[in-house]
Amino acid sequence: MRTFGSPEFLFIVYALRWTLTLTVLAFVGGGIMGIVLALLRIARIRAFSAITTFYMQVIQGLPLLVLLFLCYYAPSLFGIEIAALTAAAIALTINSSAFLGAIWESALRAIPKAQWESADALALTPYKTLRFVIAPQAIRLALPSTVGFLVQIIKQTSLASIIGFIEITRAGQLVSNATFEPLKAFLSVAALYFAVCFPLTQLSLWLERRTACRGART
Amino acid sequence: MDYTFQFGPLLNYLPQIVSGLWLTIGLSFVGIFGGIALGIFCAVMSTSSSPIPRLLVRLHVEVVRNTPLLVQIFVIFFGLPNIGIRLSPLTSVFIALVLNNGGYVAEIVRGGIEATHRSQVEAAESLGLSYFQTLRYVILPPALEKVFTPVVSQCVLLMLSTSLVSAIGVEDLTGAAMIASSETFRTMEIYLVVAMVYVVLNFVFRAVLNVAGLMIFTRSRRRLLGRA
Repeated sequence: MRTFGSPEFLFIVYALRWTLTLTVLAFVGGGIMGIVLALLRIARIRAFSAITTFYMQVIQGLPLLVLLFLCYYAPSLFGIEIAALTAAAIALTINSSAFLGAIWESALRAIPKAQWESADALALTPYKTLRFVIAPQAIRLALPSTVGFLVQIIKQTSLASIIGFIEITRAGQLVSNATFEPLKAFLSVAALYFAVCFPLTQLSLWLERRTACRGART
Repeated sequence: MDYTFQFGPLLNYLPQIVSGLWLTIGLSFVGIFGGIALGIFCAVMSTSSSPIPRLLVRLHVEVVRNTPLLVQIFVIFFGLPNIGIRLSPLTSVFIALVLNNGGYVAEIVRGGIEATHRSQVEAAESLGLSYFQTLRYVILPPALEKVFTPVVSQCVLLMLSTSLVSAIGVEDLTGAAMIASSETFRTMEIYLVVAMVYVVLNFVFRAVLNVAGLMIFTRSRRRLLGRA
């Protein structure tokens, strides 16, 4: 029987790259879909807002685990086997798109309407208004919540271990099975998550305080 | 797609699904109310003047918020037997859910308490109210009312994350679905049904918690009725 030593710990640490890979895939994918969702929702076209409301309510009301199972098993209906990484990336992308879409929509809506109107009066096209007037302010508003949600995504990648993808939670399970020292194994996993998430949480808090100070000044 | 959906075989698993549903609701209730109680307690502790409770609460909140719930469940269920604490799966997930929700609620409620102006506490002191009276009548009611919406959102998210308990073999709604799918191979059908049940549960929980909030907080009730 193996004991829990530095090789075992390093095994978990190396699995961190897969946690981070999955996080990046989910954040980029969810970010792109989230932007599209947010823009569709502020476009004031009834069909768009009906469809996006339905999508966001369903996805936000669905446990990520169930979504993950659906994404993992659905392709087999078409006779396609997909890798656990692909399934997890798709599920996390869909999940984060709904939440990021909601965050960014509220940031876009928080910009006073007068800004749109004055841009319109200056004959800026809708695209230019968004690009040079609205987005720079909205991004600043949305940044703290976005970083906060990034922490959420990192933690959610742990669910990929349930469908067998080897990121740090699964690595912890493997080490725990091999060494019979689950406490050390899972505490190491928890410590790694903490080491990654804690700085980001602090960054999010700092951004929030800074935004609040700016708001107070103007 | 030449796949025929067959929901028929699922009917045999209806009793398991229903008992799983009740377990999910039970877990959510314990998690929500235990978590709110723990959260309020922690939030009050974090405003105390002595540094030790403040530090402990800070530690609890940061650990809970920066590690995944799944890992917390694993540490409690698989890890603690290493130091001689053996808990049943159900007990472990109850503890994990309450600790987890408690950490999040504590942070939200602390924000509400800090938003209450210092002069109110001073006014209460000058009226000769004791510490607990100040807490009960001056600090907590407006603080809780202020943070009610984020607490409801957090509790609905907790309800959704109770699905993670299936990872250690607790047969909640997701656990029952896992068993049914591995025995019938009607995987897509069962998860689609369960997904729908969760979406409905999500609305039910949101509605019930909001109604409870309106019953508790007279001021927001009056504001709502006044507008209508």
